[in-house]
Amino acid sequence: MTVITPPEAAIVTVASAPRPAAFWRLKGFPLIPILILVFIALVAIFADVLAPYDPTIGSLARRFRPPFWQEGGSTAYLLGTDHVGRDVLSRLIYGARVSMVVGITAVLVAGGIGTLLGILSGYLGGWADQVVMRLTDTWLALPALTFAIFLAAIVGPSELNIILILGLVYWTRYARVIRGEVLSLKQREFVRLAIVAGCSSRTIMWRHILPNVINSAVVLATLMLGVVIVTEASLSFLGVGVPPPKPAWGLMMADGKKGLLVGYWWLTVFPGVCIMLMVLSANLLGDWLRVKLDPQLRQL
Amino acid sequence: MAGQTLLSLEHLSAHYVSQQGTRVVRAVDDVTISLGAGETLGIVGESGSGKTTLALTMMRLLPPAARIVAGRMMFEGEDLLKKSDEEMRKVRGKRIAMLLQDPMASLNPLFSIGNQVAEPIRVHEGAAPRTAWQRAIQLLKSVRIASPDTRVSQFPHEMSGGMRQRIVGAIGISCEPRLLIADEPTTSLDLTIQAQYLNLLRDLQREHGLALIFITHNLGIVAKMCDQLAVMYAGRVVEQGPVSRIFNAPTHPYTKALLGSIPRMTDGGERLTAIDGQPPDLSNLPAGCAFAPRCPAVTTRCRVEAPPEFVTEPGRSARCWLAEPMALRSSAA
Amino acid sequence: MTAVLQANDLTKHFRARRGFFGGERGVVRAVDGISFAIDPGRTLGVVGESGCGKTTTAKLVLGLEEPSGGSILFAGRDLAGLDTAGRRDYRRSVQAVFQDPYASLNPRMRISAIIAEPLVTNETVEPVELKRRVSELLDLVGLPERSADLFPHEFSGGQRQRIAIARALVLSPRLVVLDEPVSALDVSIRAQILNLLRDLQDRLGLSYLFIAHDLAAVAHMSHEIVVMYLGKIVESGQAKTIARDAKHPYTKALFSAALPSHPDERHEEVPLSGEVPSPISPPSGCHFHPRCPHAMARCSREEPQLAEVEGRLVACHLFS
Repeated sequence: MTVITPPEAAIVTVASAPRPAAFWRLKGFPLIPILILVFIALVAIFADVLAPYDPTIGSLARRFRPPFWQEGGSTAYLLGTDHVGRDVLSRLIYGARVSMVVGITAVLVAGGIGTLLGILSGYLGGWADQVVMRLTDTWLALPALTFAIFLAAIVGPSELNIILILGLVYWTRYARVIRGEVLSLKQREFVRLAIVAGCSSRTIMWRHILPNVINSAVVLATLMLGVVIVTEASLSFLGVGVPPPKPAWGLMMADGKKGLLVGYWWLTVFPGVCIMLMVLSANLLGDWLRVKLDPQLRQL
Repeated sequence: MAGQTLLSLEHLSAHYVSQQGTRVVRAVDDVTISLGAGETLGIVGESGSGKTTLALTMMRLLPPAARIVAGRMMFEGEDLLKKSDEEMRKVRGKRIAMLLQDPMASLNPLFSIGNQVAEPIRVHEGAAPRTAWQRAIQLLKSVRIASPDTRVSQFPHEMSGGMRQRIVGAIGISCEPRLLIADEPTTSLDLTIQAQYLNLLRDLQREHGLALIFITHNLGIVAKMCDQLAVMYAGRVVEQGPVSRIFNAPTHPYTKALLGSIPRMTDGGERLTAIDGQPPDLSNLPAGCAFAPRCPAVTTRCRVEAPPEFVTEPGRSARCWLAEPMALRSSAA
Repeated sequence: MTAVLQANDLTKHFRARRGFFGGERGVVRAVDGISFAIDPGRTLGVVGESGCGKTTTAKLVLGLEEPSGGSILFAGRDLAGLDTAGRRDYRRSVQAVFQDPYASLNPRMRISAIIAEPLVTNETVEPVELKRRVSELLDLVGLPERSADLFPHEFSGGQRQRIAIARALVLSPRLVVLDEPVSALDVSIRAQILNLLRDLQDRLGLSYLFIAHDLAAVAHMSHEIVVMYLGKIVESGQAKTIARDAKHPYTKALFSAALPSHPDERHEEVPLSGEVPSPISPPSGCHFHPRCPHAMARCSREEPQLAEVEGRLVACHLFS
């Protein structure tokens, strides 16, 4: 058995590489997840134009209509109607808005708090580090969902509150990861040289630490998006999420679960599929970003 | 000590091909080197010279992206390139051993020293664990580790850097190989520890009749330990021959510049010879001689046509047009 | 001529914790009462192996660590007594170049910002003036002007080290601490950088504190050297004097262990047995006595002091 690959078989010498392929053709580029997320975002933005009906107004005469391809359905209500006669398609479309807004904003809040505290505790060390670490320890000991429910019950449901609650529940994961990165960054010579040059701690954290942890923060954000959306849906499902009649996918599932026993499957399956697609796309995007942007995060 | 040829690389080439097949890196290109039993060879090069790839090629441990595209690798009369993976596994560790650069990464933190030193013995000779363990203790003694009976049950993190390096050496010689390849073996060691270790390697070589290959960028190791020298640049051997001859009268301008760039203890602080420019980019080599962009003696021909190896004396060659007038034959064997 | 930097009996102790639960406490005497001086325009080389204290000494000089004892005098003034303005002045006068060119530059900053950072941190400078100064420095270290707009990853190791040197010089310091400045570079590039450092010293009258494990490089670059072992200076003097004829047994062993630069220079070595002892519990008396081929009874009891021997200082009972 010979191991020599004769030169003609090996793809031989191209003196210069051809123009690099368009980035969407790169191997592993998550084209479909990104398209899905962009699609959902566009739907959310243009909900007013796209939705055929007002999602909050229903007519009891038209309750429980099935999707148009089933017997009893009509093209007037493409995906059927719910228990108070509201168009499911319109509610899905407006629900995208809630998911996107709540999801992204909550992730930004969590990311903002977490990154800030992660940098402070990682770079300053000492008591700042101790305080933040003990805080995250306690926080992480509480199960996220239960904690969220607890907070929601206290402050009362509203979209803003839900965003804040989700942000508060999930910042700890950020803080831990960012702190770890900062600890190793601190040892890098360019930070020591900045100290030697006379920079204050504040300048160093802003100019040297922050730009070098942004990549990890972005990757974490995409990974957390899925988690946050599921939590929001769970909260809505349990009745402590975004308050009705505002359409949220989780709420739709909660409302529709009673109908499952009688065969009204479209009330739960459609919103469920939407949640699944969004979370899956966010996760796949996050996975790809993780490998692309920061080799150190591959262990995550 | 010298005598029959132990290892003979003939026009060996190994290339890395990128995933799309568009970029080819000629990491090892037309390398011809031979080594006799019990001799010591130094392969010297900087980053991008291809020396580490050459070491991996000799052990047939190249990553999947690399392919050996030409040449023969004769070891004790057999062509190693013709062996199957199964056969090659019998060669590695038993007939050819390799010491890697980082001793901490070479040792598994979860297994005892004795376990790791005994492993090649168990694998290659099928020895019973107890026998292998006893052999391991003997080996630790031969690499001058104090209190080997206690040390043998300890773990890598309990050892100092110098000790770990010696343990790696013990693993290397455990099955009495004919050839030991040491890849930058002293990079992380202190000066005095480095000296101890190199002396140890030399003593082991004498005792066991080992041939040694040092892969290094440190000409000091070559000056101290080696009989033969091969200088690599951009994947090719640009000069090779006996160490003293080359140190006294280098032919290739790269070798000359390299020797002139090393600070000497007693040189009175004169300016060092610096080589202009940057190390070569193996994926984008110029036409002609790879060293031409940086060569102080470059001619037009150098830029256009890559020189072959010219034999200037028996056992000595240089890949340079400047050597052509002195050539015995028009190309190396 | 006042020395640029003078260390008197400089000491730095670290508290060490051993064991998983921090059981046994010890004190690591990283630097234990050393004294040296660096004159204007001269290079002081520091030689020693792991645990000798050379890195800690560099940190003390750079103000990255506070001394536990002794003093550092800068241009005659004691660092400890300086006010904020004085300390800032010190910072500007003492800069550093570190070993790893790949970690010394912030990957997210442009070269112009990296080089200018010490300047903008310590002074208010017009953008025009800033640009001019950056160009001046790039030229000084042999890099093309367009480098200013690029990012570190576009440069090779040797080029990055040049950028690090340019940055170290932007405040026109008087002393530059060079901690293994060429160890991470290819052999052929090392000569470029060492030549550059020499030229800059001649042109700008810089002083260097040069730390390297490559003895030949240190001997080549330094005017004076100190040899350290377990936090103490065992020999100090002119580089040429010591390189030619070392007196202290450790220095002898060190220079003998250095790799030859030519096969004809292969020599019989002074064998040095054992490992470097732990800095937490150094041997009594002379720290070197367990490994010293000339150890006497006195050596384990009494610590030798530096005394003048044939034109250099040696701390060894063989000479007292």
